[in-house]
Amino acid sequence: MSSVLLRPGVDAIAVKGWWSAHQWLLLRRITQVSVLGLFLAGPLFGIWIIKGNIASSLTLEVLPLSDPYLLSQSLFAGHWPETTIVIGALIIAAFYFLVGGRVYCGWVCPINPVTDLAAWIRQRFDIKGGARFPRQSRYWLLAMTFITASISGSLLWEMVNPVTIVYRGLIFGMGMVWLLLLAIFLFDLLLSPRGWCSHLCPMGAFYSLLARYTPLRVSASKREQCNDCMECYAVCPEPQVIPPALKGAEQGIGPVITGINCTNCGRCIDICSKHVFQFSTRFTHTSYQGAI
Amino acid sequence: MSKADKRVDQYRRRFLIRAAGQACGAALLGMGLLTLARQTYGLPATAIRPPGALAEPDFLAACVRCGLCVRDCPYNTLKLSELGDKVTTGTPYFIARNIPCEMCDDIPCVVACPTGALDKELTNIDDARMGLAALVDEENCLNFLGLRCEICYRVCPLINKAITLEAQHNPRTGKHALFIPVVHSDACTGCGKCEHACILPEAAIKVLPTHLAKGAPGQHYRLGWEEKQKAGGSLVAPDKEHEYNLPEGFRYEHEGQGLIKEKESDKTPFGSNPLDTLNQRGNSNE
Ligand code: SF4
Ligand code: SF4
Ligand code: SF4
Ligand code: SF4
Repeated sequence: MSSVLLRPGVDAIAVKGWWSAHQWLLLRRITQVSVLGLFLAGPLFGIWIIKGNIASSLTLEVLPLSDPYLLSQSLFAGHWPETTIVIGALIIAAFYFLVGGRVYCGWVCPINPVTDLAAWIRQRFDIKGGARFPRQSRYWLLAMTFITASISGSLLWEMVNPVTIVYRGLIFGMGMVWLLLLAIFLFDLLLSPRGWCSHLCPMGAFYSLLARYTPLRVSASKREQCNDCMECYAVCPEPQVIPPALKGAEQGIGPVITGINCTNCGRCIDICSKHVFQFSTRFTHTSYQGAI
Repeated sequence: MSKADKRVDQYRRRFLIRAAGQACGAALLGMGLLTLARQTYGLPATAIRPPGALAEPDFLAACVRCGLCVRDCPYNTLKLSELGDKVTTGTPYFIARNIPCEMCDDIPCVVACPTGALDKELTNIDDARMGLAALVDEENCLNFLGLRCEICYRVCPLINKAITLEAQHNPRTGKHALFIPVVHSDACTGCGKCEHACILPEAAIKVLPTHLAKGAPGQHYRLGWEEKQKAGGSLVAPDKEHEYNLPEGFRYEHEGQGLIKEKESDKTPFGSNPLDTLNQRGNSNE
């Protein structure tokens, strides 16, 4: 079976065609590029729709959008913030609360394409082994970033946080950021499979916590059609969230993937040749077909 | 203990050990970070924070490194530190020698800052204290050499307040004046226009962090002349005027005039014999 899993998606492409077997992936990449493009349009072409970077920004000169994780760090560091960033952070927190906390990871974060690429290469070239950190490590790291912010009285994690450093680098000047990207890529590729995003990143952990009651979720609504091809596990960055929804019918668990680590990336929807998954809300079992 | 209980117990043990391991890992990383931060939090003396920036430790707690201040600076003065730069990564700064702060009236950088890292209390740019200019090289400053360069003085937005020219005697030529540029910390904003404009290949006047540019007087020091002014008069018993043993008709003026002949007499006060004068017997043979 592992030979099949070297190239997951063959069945899906055969059944649904290449485009629908990649629709969410493409949409995600388009979103990532567009968001970055909006930030870059200013410095590159003088079209100032969004100013700043993902830490905090101003859209069309009126709408502040700020990262709640950075604001939290700042609070832990002991700074009483201006209202602007509080409003911006509340808007962003509310948004991700609604669409799924880690939609940030899957649809916006600049590290995601890098770690996805590493995971893809691992799979394709059957690179095995490497250290596996417990998936809970990220929450300890999250706590660590807050505690060290308090001790140092500064946004200490922002000295190394690859997410904000890379994004800022892309917009304001890369400096040595390429090295950081390379480090993350090699870490995921050779040292620890899906090590960064799915096990360690405290930013991902923070957004996971926002997803506890997220309405928008993926649902294995046609789980009875599952033929156990295992391809969804192979492509999912957080495969531990799938079994309860996919295999929980006997235990009376609903088909909605409620695990907070799910990034709503939709890869499972794409890859499944049996049309098991679809976007849905956490409240419904009957489903609506995704927009595309 | 029943078998099931034992299992639960073992499960709990394993869980606790795992959790402890993760916590330790995170703590180790945290400690590493804290030490690293000590060494790498940097603000070289030539890098100046934007106007209104909180004191450095508070600034590092407040600034989320968004670059909105940088974007709204009309003169491209501000830069966001890139990874690997000497300035704490992602934070805004400027190098006066490259592009100084133009001291915009509306202070757009402060207005743009969403966090308060640049203090909104700052509404008059003249109140900004980004640093303090110091004329650090008295050997090469042209005005110290007796020339009339004083570009720094001319470009200062607070000319005659932040920099004044103080005339001094030029001991080299003996007859000219030196016009010494003197920076006044009660007015200098640290904008860096002077450093930027200094015509020397390496500026003789530089904006430095205030604590580097400025000394501090001992807490118990009192300046006598200021105390005197405050008190409206001398606080110590006035000095008795010194009296000289002068020949009749002479007076000594302390303010600089020296020996003054009070009344004109046709006789010289001294005898014609110089020995008499030396022996203080000027009038003896009258
Ligand atoms: S886990 Fe972290 S690095 Fe990975 S996609 Fe999410 S925010 Fe980005
Ligand atoms: S606008 Fe404020 S928070 Fe943003 S980079 Fe400048 S000083 Fe920092
Ligand atoms: S830095 Fe120089 S130019 Fe600016 S206010 Fe001070 S003395 Fe004047
Ligand atoms: S511009 Fe430079 S050389 Fe000229 S007076 Fe000022 S400090 Fe001296």
